[in-house]
Amino acid sequence: MGAPTVGSASHGSHNPALLHHFVDEEQQRDAANLGMWIFLATEVMFFGGLFCAYLIYRGWYFPDFAAASRSIDALLGGTNTAVLICSSLTVVLAIYAAQTSRRVMLIAMLVLTMLFGCVFLGIKAKEYRDKFVEHHVPGASFNFDHEQIPGSSPVRYANPRHAEIFFALYFIMTGLHALHMIIGLGIFTWLLWMAWKGRFTPEYHTPLEIGGLYWHFVDIVWIYLFPLLYLIDRH
Amino acid sequence: MSMATATTQPVERENYLNKHYGVGSWLFTTDHKRIALLYLASITFFFFIGGFFALLIRLELLTPAGDLVQADTYNKLFTQHGMVMVFFFLIPSIPAVLGNFLVPMMVGAKDLAFPRINLLSWYLYIIGGILMLHCMLTGGVDTGWTFYTPFSTAFTNTKIVEAGLAIFVAGFSSILTGLNFVVTIHRMRAPGMTWSRLPLFIWAHYATSIIQILGTPVLAITIVLVAVERTLHLGIFDPKLGGDPLLFQHLFWFYSHPAVYIMILPSMGVVTEIIACFSRKRIFGYSFVALSSIAIAVFGFLVWAHHMFVAGISVYAALVFSILSYAVAVPSAVKVFNWTATLYKGSIHYDAPMLYAFGFLGLFTIGGLTGLFLAALGINVHVTDTYFVVAHFHYIMVGGAVMGYLGGMHFWWPKISGKLYPEGWARLAALIVFIGFNLTFFPQFILGYVGMPRRYYQYPPEFQVLNVLSTAGATILGVGYLLPMIYFLWSMRYGKPAPDNPWNAAGLEWKTASPPPTFNFDKEPVVTWEAYNYEELDAPHKEEVPVAG
Amino acid sequence: MFDNFPLWPDRASSAAGNVDALYIFLIIVSGMMTLLIFTAVIYFAARYRHRRGVPAEQIEGSIPLELTWSIIPLGVFMVIFLWGAVVYFKGRTPPRDSTEVYVVAKQWMWKLEHAEGQREINELHVPVGRDVKLIMTSQDVIHSFFVPAFRMKQDVLPGRYTVAWFRATKPGTYHLFCAEYCGTQHSGMIGSIIVMEPAQYEAWMSGGSTGPLSATGEKIFAELGCATCHRTDTQGRGPNLMGVFGKPVLLEDGRTVVADENYVRESILDPGAKVVNGFKPVMPTFQGIVSDEQLNALVAYVKSLSGASGPGAHPALAVPAKSSTPNGSQVQ
Repeated sequence: MGAPTVGSASHGSHNPALLHHFVDEEQQRDAANLGMWIFLATEVMFFGGLFCAYLIYRGWYFPDFAAASRSIDALLGGTNTAVLICSSLTVVLAIYAAQTSRRVMLIAMLVLTMLFGCVFLGIKAKEYRDKFVEHHVPGASFNFDHEQIPGSSPVRYANPRHAEIFFALYFIMTGLHALHMIIGLGIFTWLLWMAWKGRFTPEYHTPLEIGGLYWHFVDIVWIYLFPLLYLIDRH
Repeated sequence: MSMATATTQPVERENYLNKHYGVGSWLFTTDHKRIALLYLASITFFFFIGGFFALLIRLELLTPAGDLVQADTYNKLFTQHGMVMVFFFLIPSIPAVLGNFLVPMMVGAKDLAFPRINLLSWYLYIIGGILMLHCMLTGGVDTGWTFYTPFSTAFTNTKIVEAGLAIFVAGFSSILTGLNFVVTIHRMRAPGMTWSRLPLFIWAHYATSIIQILGTPVLAITIVLVAVERTLHLGIFDPKLGGDPLLFQHLFWFYSHPAVYIMILPSMGVVTEIIACFSRKRIFGYSFVALSSIAIAVFGFLVWAHHMFVAGISVYAALVFSILSYAVAVPSAVKVFNWTATLYKGSIHYDAPMLYAFGFLGLFTIGGLTGLFLAALGINVHVTDTYFVVAHFHYIMVGGAVMGYLGGMHFWWPKISGKLYPEGWARLAALIVFIGFNLTFFPQFILGYVGMPRRYYQYPPEFQVLNVLSTAGATILGVGYLLPMIYFLWSMRYGKPAPDNPWNAAGLEWKTASPPPTFNFDKEPVVTWEAYNYEELDAPHKEEVPVAG
Repeated sequence: MFDNFPLWPDRASSAAGNVDALYIFLIIVSGMMTLLIFTAVIYFAARYRHRRGVPAEQIEGSIPLELTWSIIPLGVFMVIFLWGAVVYFKGRTPPRDSTEVYVVAKQWMWKLEHAEGQREINELHVPVGRDVKLIMTSQDVIHSFFVPAFRMKQDVLPGRYTVAWFRATKPGTYHLFCAEYCGTQHSGMIGSIIVMEPAQYEAWMSGGSTGPLSATGEKIFAELGCATCHRTDTQGRGPNLMGVFGKPVLLEDGRTVVADENYVRESILDPGAKVVNGFKPVMPTFQGIVSDEQLNALVAYVKSLSGASGPGAHPALAVPAKSSTPNGSQVQ
């Protein structure tokens, strides 16, 4: 999407990053931005199918979902939310740095963003491990017997089959999200390399902008996932 | 009398075909025209695979007993026929071949917005295709192309996950192509090329791209869920584990209904261009035809559960989806009327592309009208899951989409290859296809109403005569499809060289050489005329319009 | 006529004529439309054939024409929609007092059990002129019960009941097909509906049956110990089932559902899903303990406790939007 190529000496007065099928840099930048927004629309639809399935089953099995939701750690989830929000801030600051030719700040912000991403993934790994140890991973060794439905009086227990659906969706949705995070880290590694090489100027930093858009999207998906998965029926 | 005029060109000019030679120059190209040809070769290959399966199906159905192949084999045949034809032929066909070739030229650009992503699209298609081939060769799939649960998740031992992966990857090819087209159309139109001056082919591809972008990801996630459920024995769709098989159907059809509009809209765009050119006039009702494409794309997303009227949905849901299905029929009808009205007071030529367009008009009309039957709830209960549906969608997909594809291939062949195809053979092929097609599929409407279910390899003896008629038609249809393969290939070597604009057609693509140079236009065109300026083109003392290249 | 080469299916049910009438109307309308378009295209193509010196006339369009040929078809479509909806609604609404037949579909056969107790495999005997309601479920994958002569088709799903009904009007033997692809022997999952004169049917009925389905259900009810909690007084740990079927039930979470076949089935397989108001959720699940046929018998028994064929009976699965189905509210 408008990636810069190493310019050759014969490139005259335009940015070496301009691709020749474009009329000018503005067209290239507009195309890259529109392209990324459209790609994000496809991602909305991709996650959308999962959210749709989730909402339907949550509606049918609310008490069981509430019980299952209790068993995942909202503190860790909340921390992750804060981590991602901070990382979106660092992305914005990185773009600001590029716009104002602050190379050191640019590199620092990119590194920080990636660090936040790694922290996120690390916390997710801990959460997954906890679920594994507690036998909450769907499959042969899944066990959710005698888990109380929160607020039930007299005490009622969640239906393990329905809870298993919660966990299936939990792993698929957060797993898909984590996969997108990992891809995001890959993209930012590349952006970091380009920043290091001095490719970004106030006039040209399109890859940062569209990489940033992607990162913000991944952040927003998490902001929906967190309350839906972690905060069912909490008071 | 053919409109094409041949000229001899003493020296071959540099064009996109001869600029670079060698396998690498093709496999690493970013030229949209070369990528179009890469797709042309690939989808033709898969068309033959899918067609081969169809041949075996029709041979089996010659007799009431299941005596040609075993039941499991037959189930794999119709499944793979559907999967290959839908995902590896129809969905890419016109957009990936004609769209890739023409969209940049029609808007006056040098290439698509993202040429490398365009190449990536083709590679994704090829990877998906290889996965599909491997799957078929090492066991195959037997779920029907619709892979309903719980059969596909818990009751079959065939290679569902691999087939799903193949379609998933090919789906991303489709998404990226759509993305490329939308950005190109929005951002890379030449100066003066306003939205209302765009050829209707572009409007059709724009609408198609919207569907590809928004619909395909839902299929992708559905495939992921089926694969996960199958391998990890989760219960998202399995009632024994608390899941719901109807959820699968909703998710599946949410994409697969709009998918049929991905398959037909580009064809409608092609037919519009052909009818305008061979009637020598601007299409009747330009705005209505343009907006009807958008309307079909939008409404197409609202009707998916008309595939589920007997599936166990409520009466009220059925009513809603039935009425919306009638709404989506209106823009298609509007197009048919506008095409017909374009012929009025035209100056009509009967070249092969126009014969395919006529064929399209007839067959799409019949196919579309039978859609009205299916949308009627009372009728649907009787004919759904029978050969009536099979006939309906083949009238649209084959009678409509494939006719449009062939018509477009003939129309733009001189531009693409720089050669003329043999007109006599082309007209004969169009006729054979039309006759063969009707003989194959019309009896299936009757078969469906008398009650023959689909996906049956053995049937009660009283259904035999209609099945035999259908198979006979299929052999004729096969001949009709082989002919263009042969003479197109022949023309690449022995065809007469084509002039830049053999049809004297309107559109920026005709202002370049045949075949065009790599960057399409020497100078960026500046558009000061409306689309379909046939009056100007046909005027006796027209200004010489400079030919680029 | 055309015995070896039918061009039209037998008309053997009360619905068939209605469906055929709409079909014929559609054939006429489509035929006219096809004729109109074909004639116009052929006529224009010939009349306006390219002639030297006669240029085409550039016509931009005509908004009145566009509106006309949008609105008139839309109007015709709405007529077709309404007509189709009426036919459909009648076909989806089993009359009260229909005779019930329980159907269990499995790969690759149909198992049927009359309420009176006769069991059949791949065949269904019915008398002419009687309303028959099929209460169907699948043991494995999705199947579809299709009788072309009755113009009737309904998917049969695992995990819940779906319902169809018909009234046969002509004696004879008619095809029964499975119409939803279900695996290897999908095209072998066929059978016959045998429609008999009432006298013949009575004769057939009296030859061999295990007693009414509800009696079988009563036995199972006792064997499985259901009566321990579901007593006929107010002391039971479970609700009294007398007169329950077909009536609304208040659940402990505040919802009200109708006690139809799907509700009874769900309550046996997943008792915690819809606990009746005022009762503790202590009923064990019988998932894996009862077969589909036993479930059918139990449902028939619970129905009989409401005098199911009497005036109090409610055609429970006729209005599915309000009826109880597994999972609370079905994916519609």
